[in-house]
Amino acid sequence: MKRGPGTQRLSQPIRGLASRFAYAGLVAVAIGLMVLGKIDVLMTDSFRAQVTDAVAPVLDALSRPAEAMNRAVDQVRELSQLRQENARLRDNQGRLLQWQTAARNLEAENKALRELLNFKTGPEPSFITARVIADTGGAFAHSLILNAGSREGVVRGQAAVTGLGLAGRVAGVGARSARILLVTDLNSRIPVVVGDTRTRAIMAGNNTNQPKLIHLPSGESVQIGDRVVTSGHGGALPPGLPVGQVTMVNENGIKVRPFVERTRLEFIRLLDFGLAGILEGPTLRKAPKARKGSRKRKP
Amino acid sequence: MRQSLWHRMDLLARQLTPSMLTLALVIIGVVPVRLLDFSTVVPLLPLMAVYHWAIFRPRLLPAYAVFLAGLLQDILSGAPLGVNALVFLVAYGVVLSQKKFFTGKSFLILWLGFALVAALAATLHWLAVSLLNATLVEIRTAVWQYLLTVGFFPAVAWIFTRWQRAFLRLD
Repeated sequence: MKRGPGTQRLSQPIRGLASRFAYAGLVAVAIGLMVLGKIDVLMTDSFRAQVTDAVAPVLDALSRPAEAMNRAVDQVRELSQLRQENARLRDNQGRLLQWQTAARNLEAENKALRELLNFKTGPEPSFITARVIADTGGAFAHSLILNAGSREGVVRGQAAVTGLGLAGRVAGVGARSARILLVTDLNSRIPVVVGDTRTRAIMAGNNTNQPKLIHLPSGESVQIGDRVVTSGHGGALPPGLPVGQVTMVNENGIKVRPFVERTRLEFIRLLDFGLAGILEGPTLRKAPKARKGSRKRKP
Repeated sequence: MRQSLWHRMDLLARQLTPSMLTLALVIIGVVPVRLLDFSTVVPLLPLMAVYHWAIFRPRLLPAYAVFLAGLLQDILSGAPLGVNALVFLVAYGVVLSQKKFFTGKSFLILWLGFALVAALAATLHWLAVSLLNATLVEIRTAVWQYLLTVGFFPAVAWIFTRWQRAFLRLD
């Protein structure tokens, strides 16, 4: 930055002192912000959302060529593995056809049983599809920024999913951008049920790519390979979304590998089940109502 | 007079570039590029900018620009507000206080210096996040990010040196 001519005339010690004060002041402000972020989450969140909104168009523009590049890299990689991939897919197809038959049978059976019981299904979700414009790649925060915000009907607390399963949930919303807190983030807590026994647990992110299961009821057992799906407890997320698979059970804890891999995220679908959820605090006035239908932006 | 005005504006624009590059690197750092498919973390680009300009053109990267870059990094990366701002400022302060050591050293020494400063920054970052979350945060990803950051430093430093020779000779 250019300094005015006046500054240069200041004697060296005074200038040094002044800049030292400025430096100390900025350090103090940084520390103050950290404390403030702990005290007033809503204010810092809205500040964050506003700045993210301002930068979103730039990120949007930059992420498009980046995406084209990613695709080119992928294509080259796929080309080299075409033969194995083909064999694997053919193998898979046979297995999937069997599963399809099984699923159809179950679906029909389910439908018949539901009719017998007069079972009420949950609300149909509406969804918004958005593009990932920033993957922050930080060591201590696992979050994404999407190019859809409150203008598109994004509301805090919505589930963010891909075709594979749950990726995270909306943690902050601006007018044209939204922040997704991934399930692997340190601050992520997802109520889940595990396996066929439907053991209740909380899946807690720990900044690695394998979140932990905590708060299991005593005496319940969980095995490697068990599927983990959202339980819908607390009303924050819809029940039954696939989350991941148990990969490790020992005295150190139970680890889950999420179905959604962070490096592979390009488009995210936000589900809105119209659930009020535990995130709708008194200070968050905007309830998810008066929505004028959702927008689809999938390619 | 007119020429001198243009000249001054040109000079000003050039002198703004270290700060602007630092901010730009914050934004570039969060663009989802999957060239490093094996890794979920990316190198911490703005730290390299802070280090480089603090050594070579400290007057053109004032402390408040460092602070702003850190704050933007916090906002975009989803880190607690103020953490990166503090980390960048400390790295900046450390480099400035050791200015005598850095002047006229070979690139290898500068790289080594960066490895030390980045280690300090990563440790401080880890401490701050652990403190704010009241838990010992998993350290492996931080180590991995540190290694990536140190590994990528020569490439970024090369671009900065080029830039400096092309646009900031007058300083």
